[in-house]
Order: sequence, then structure tokens, then C-alpha cells
Amino acid sequence: MQSKMKESHPILEVKNLFASTDNLPILKGVSLTVYPGEIHAIMGRNGCGKSTLSKIIAGHPSYKITNGDIKFLGENINSLEPEERSQSGIFLGFQYPIEIPGVSNLEFLRVSTNARRKFLNKEELDTFDFEELVKEKLEIVKMDQAFLSRSVNQGFSGGEKKRNEILQMALLEPKIAILDETDSGLDIDALRIVASGIKRISNAQTGIILITHYQRLLDEIKPNYVHVMSDGQIIKTGESDLALELEKKGYEWTDNFIKRPK
Amino acid sequence: MVNKNLVKDVVKEPYKYGFVTDIETEKIEKGLNEDIIRLISQKKEEPKFLLDFRLKAFKKWQKMKEPDWAALGYKKIDYQDIIYYSAPKQKEKIASLDEVDPKLLETFDKLGIPLTEQKKLTNVAVDAVFDSVSIATTFREELAEHGVIFCSISEAVKNHADLIEKYLGTVVPASDNYFAALNSAVFSDGSFVYIPKGVTCPMDLSSYFRINSGDSGQFERTLIIAEESSSVSYLEGCTAPMFDTNTLHAAVVELIALDDSSIKYSTVQNWYAGDEEGIGGIFNFVTKRGKCLGKRSKISWSQVETGSAITWKYPSCLLLGEESVGEFYSVALTNNLQQADTGTKMIHIGPKTKSTIVSKGISAGNSKNSYRGLVKMGTKATGSRNYSQCDSMLIGDQASANTFPYIKSQQPNSEIEHEASTCRISEEQLFYLQSRGIEFEEAVSMMVSGFCRDVFNQLPMEFAAEADKLLALKLEGSVG
Repeated sequence: MQSKMKESHPILEVKNLFASTDNLPILKGVSLTVYPGEIHAIMGRNGCGKSTLSKIIAGHPSYKITNGDIKFLGENINSLEPEERSQSGIFLGFQYPIEIPGVSNLEFLRVSTNARRKFLNKEELDTFDFEELVKEKLEIVKMDQAFLSRSVNQGFSGGEKKRNEILQMALLEPKIAILDETDSGLDIDALRIVASGIKRISNAQTGIILITHYQRLLDEIKPNYVHVMSDGQIIKTGESDLALELEKKGYEWTDNFIKRPK
Repeated sequence: MVNKNLVKDVVKEPYKYGFVTDIETEKIEKGLNEDIIRLISQKKEEPKFLLDFRLKAFKKWQKMKEPDWAALGYKKIDYQDIIYYSAPKQKEKIASLDEVDPKLLETFDKLGIPLTEQKKLTNVAVDAVFDSVSIATTFREELAEHGVIFCSISEAVKNHADLIEKYLGTVVPASDNYFAALNSAVFSDGSFVYIPKGVTCPMDLSSYFRINSGDSGQFERTLIIAEESSSVSYLEGCTAPMFDTNTLHAAVVELIALDDSSIKYSTVQNWYAGDEEGIGGIFNFVTKRGKCLGKRSKISWSQVETGSAITWKYPSCLLLGEESVGEFYSVALTNNLQQADTGTKMIHIGPKTKSTIVSKGISAGNSKNSYRGLVKMGTKATGSRNYSQCDSMLIGDQASANTFPYIKSQQPNSEIEHEASTCRISEEQLFYLQSRGIEFEEAVSMMVSGFCRDVFNQLPMEFAAEADKLLALKLEGSVG
């Protein structure tokens, strides 16, 4: 399906990736290539390995790559620390953003943004300049400045946490954003805000991977490709209409595509 | 996988102050008996009342039992195997700093406490204590112009015997506890501060305690008196070389605040903590107590405890004066096999007295960190209030934290409020920060500083920065 030759180089290439946690295999040979400007959706039942794939790309220490490669902008990143991946332009939007008591959201966003800017050889921002920048980005997610003085995600509602993720993405301007169920638990208004935030960063140079269960996000952001995962593998890849078909027929329908060992 | 080891690495920072100064010292023989006490008193040319004070304390100590109620475990201390007086050999009478052994000046230089006229810290007066004796006190003349007395306690015994006789042992009586009795019997040196009526001390005062000998105990004694409507901010710092034996440090600090006066006492304790296997390190048994004697007087303790193999310390306030205020702000960090049992006692005696306790315990490695606090409302403490907040943070999964709050109220018309929480720096939190480009160590340090913010805000400016750095350092790994 993706075999046609592209002129540009891929942003992300996952090649035959096997990974496990506590010796339990989770990913069993995943391959996925994202070119600049592309939006990919990954769907599949709970526990099929979608979230694991996203965490492994971001460098989560609990998972071990047992085989295969992850390449980012042509470089193998298998052994990079999570912070190095982030600084170089990989963003993971968390399904459940973590609360960090005592650390102010503003300071967190500033340190994070400056880490990325430093990597890009851009000038690091002091508190005043950063506040200017962050005010501008707050508009995108329709968040109040009061969020900045609170502790990171602490006491935030589900929707506020997700919008805080999009705010971080807008500040970090990643090359690739992997959004793990960013749409789940959102009401319609929050979903629109999140979707418009995603659209804001999506352009001809960036890649986006949306992990989702629902068509409603894909109504807002039309993916170029839809992948269906099952038991640690991508069992089917199609274009955006695959998601519609999936919604009609359910995951049972896709079970037919599972390659059974002979 | 990677991070689990990192959590271990990150809390391994070599101790920077572990050097020993090679200097000829005068030590008396090991052991403790009446003759030793007489010898110490004689060496210090003390008046009779002080020798009597010591001997009485010694008699009490002999009848007392070492306390075992703290959540601490350590090998029994052999009190006969300790040297109770050790002093660097120098000329009999030192007229000026020029006559101080350059090795001693160099030692304090290395510790970041320069004493010489050219280099001394500009905004803080320092009393530098090396083993059993005070080496030098800076800015004495400047302070004297304001009537402030700041000198070693040995000098105060000579020059201000009336004040010593009047106040010594009135806040922490010799019979108070085992270690206070021991200190009262053998104390060698320490600092003395007297702020006269109506004077706001023009600069921060500071003592720096350095243990150099491996086999000597350090038993310093500090006495601070704030007369009516006066105020002072006092800072205390401590370091010691790395020895594989344990060195005993049993100090007593007494504060007295009269009407409308205030004393702020801040400590950054960084005694050698022992190595990763728990070999060596200082045994720190300290009795610190302030007496708010006067109306509307205020005593505020803030401490950042990062060192020592064992810490047993409960800076407390006796709130006698009407509307007097006691405060305790504490950060205690333990790592490796360190053990800390620390907290405070707020004893409300007078009416409308107020106390605040904010304690933050951080345990990493295999360490054990306990908060132990008492809030007591006496029968006359009508309209008094206490607020306590005790938070614990665990780093890694081998450390432990305990909170033992004791509350005794004999006064129904008083309020006591207690909040406690425990949190753990989780791998998920670290991953979250890292996945936003923040380096592992910075992530840990951000979370720790965030946790300690309420206490750091109470420290004097220069101390707060130092404390923040010290914690980051203690938690910084050999990584990178």
C-alpha cells in the first residue's frame, strides 16, 4: 500500500519491531513508515499494543526492543534516552497525562520548550519572553492563564489534561506527534479544540500518528492511512474509509486478516 | 530497565567535604570521667560555676539511659572510646587572624567559608568552629558598634559570665535528655549571640562547624539571647571528613526570645553521611530548643538536613509568652543507609500562642526517614493554634518514611490541625518529564525542589539557593 516511491525521506520508520516488557512479548513485528505531511491513524482493540508502540517510540524504559529498528529522520534511535528523542522532535501525547505535584506548569513548559530550542540552536527563553510565547499558544487550546501557575496536571479535569498535552505539542513544534487516545474522554467542544490544535501543527513537514478508537476524531482530521492492530501486529492498512468500514463492521471483521501460523 | 539503575545512580554523589586537614592537634586521652571534665574545664580556664554545672550534668548523665524510642538502629556507642577534647595546636593567645594557622584558614576556604579580611563573606558574620574550639569570628567590631555580642561560647564564659550564668541550661536543662546531659558535661565550644534591646542585628550571623578528627566527638553549645524588641537571623552549617568510623556529634542549642523579639535559626546540615554500605558517618544527636519567654516573641527554626549517618533532632519551641509564635520548617533528605528521626515539639503554654510545622522528608536508596512531632496545648493556652503539615517523598522502592505525630491538648479552646501525605517519585512521572526533553537528573531535582518549596521559601536567600543546590547535588548521579 505504501510501496509507491516518495520523493521525500520518511520522518519515522518502524521496521519489524518486536518488544517486550517483563519478558512478555507485546509487539510482534510492527512496521510503519510516516512521510512528511502524512497523518496515520492506528486503531484496534484495547491491549493490542497501540499504546505500547507509542511509548516505545518515545523511549519508555519499561519496554525492551528485542528485534527491529526505529529510525527517526534516517537515524536509528533504539538506544536514545526519552529526553533526546523529545529534543530532536518526537512528541508523545499521553493517554493519561501524569500529575507532577509541586512543579509549576509554567516552569515545566519553559524548561521543556528550552530543551527543544537548545537542540535546534535557538535562543533559550527567559521567563518573560516565554510567557509571551505561551500566551499565544494558550489561544490554540483555549486555556486560561491560571493553568500556568498550577502544578503540572494536578487537579486538572480529563479535558484540561488533554488540552495541556496539545499546548505542550504546540510549544515543542515536533517533527512527529504521536497522540495516544487524545480524544478519549472529551466532550464535543473539547474534542474540537484538540482537533484544531492538531491541525495547527500539522503541515507538509510534520507527521502525525493518531491512536484512537473513535471515528469522531477522524471526522475532524482526515487521515491518509488507517492501520488496524491486533495482538502486537498491524494486520490491515487502508485509507481513511477503512476507519468507516471498521466502525460499521467492528473489530471482529478484522480478525479475518490475522495471519495464522501454519 | 535503564531508569531503575539510574534512580540508584542518581542518588550517588561523592561527598565534597570529605578531606582531612593535616594539622597538629592537642587531644586529651580517650574516655569520660570526672577528671576528664575537670581537665576540659581547666583547659578552658572556666569559672567555678561552670565546672559545677558540668559535674552536676555528668552525675545526671551517669544515671540516665540512652534513649531507644527513636526509629533508628545503630551499633551501641562506646562512650569511653571517644576523645572529648581535641583542638588544633596554636599559640596561646591569638591577637588577630594573621596568627591563625594558615592550614585552618585554608580548610575553611575550601569549605567556602573564607575568614580572612580580604576574602570574608560581606553580608554574614561567621564564627568558625574546628573540632572543639572556635577559630575565628568575623565582623566582631562592626557588630559591637550595635551592641551585638557574637563570639565563641568560651570567650563569652570569660567576658560575659553573668549572661552565661543567667541563661545557660535554662532552656535545655542538663537533665533534659541523655545527650543534652552529655553535652552539658563535656561541651567544648560553640557560638554565643546577644542582641540588646531594640536592636535589629545588622547582618546575618553564622556558625560553621567542622569536625576534623576521626576519634573525637564534637559537643558544641550555642546560646542566643534576643532582648526586648530585637531580632536576629542566624545560620548554621556543618561538614566533616570521611572516616570509616562513626563520629559522635551531640550539640545543644538554646534560644531565648524576650518581648517582641524574634530569632530565626536556619541550619544546613551536611555532616558526612557514611558510604553506600553505611560505613562511617556522623551520629548526630542534637537538642535544639527555643523559649519564647516574652509576649509576641517569635522563634522560627528552618533546617535542611542532608548529612549524618544518624540524625536525632527535634528543634522545639516553648511558647510561654502571650501571643508568641513558634515555627518549624524542615527538609530532611536521607539516602543510601542514612537514618533520620527528626521533627519538632511545639509546647503551647501561654494564651493565644501560635505554631506552624511544615516538614518535608525525602528518602532515597535504602534510607529511613521519620518525622516525629509533638504538639501540646497546656491548660492556659486558650485561643492557641497549631497547624502541622508533614509530607514524605520516596525515591526508588527501597526507602522508607514514617510519620509519628503526637498531640496532647489540655485546653479545649485551642485548635490543632494536622495534615500528612506520602508520595513517590514514580517512573511514570520521570518518563513524562523526560518525554518533554527534560534530562533525568533535572527531572528528579525539579520534583524534589517542588516538593520542598514551602520550606525553601522560609530560608534566608543565600541559604535557599545553597539548599536547592545541595539537594540537587545529593541526588545527582555519576551519570554524564
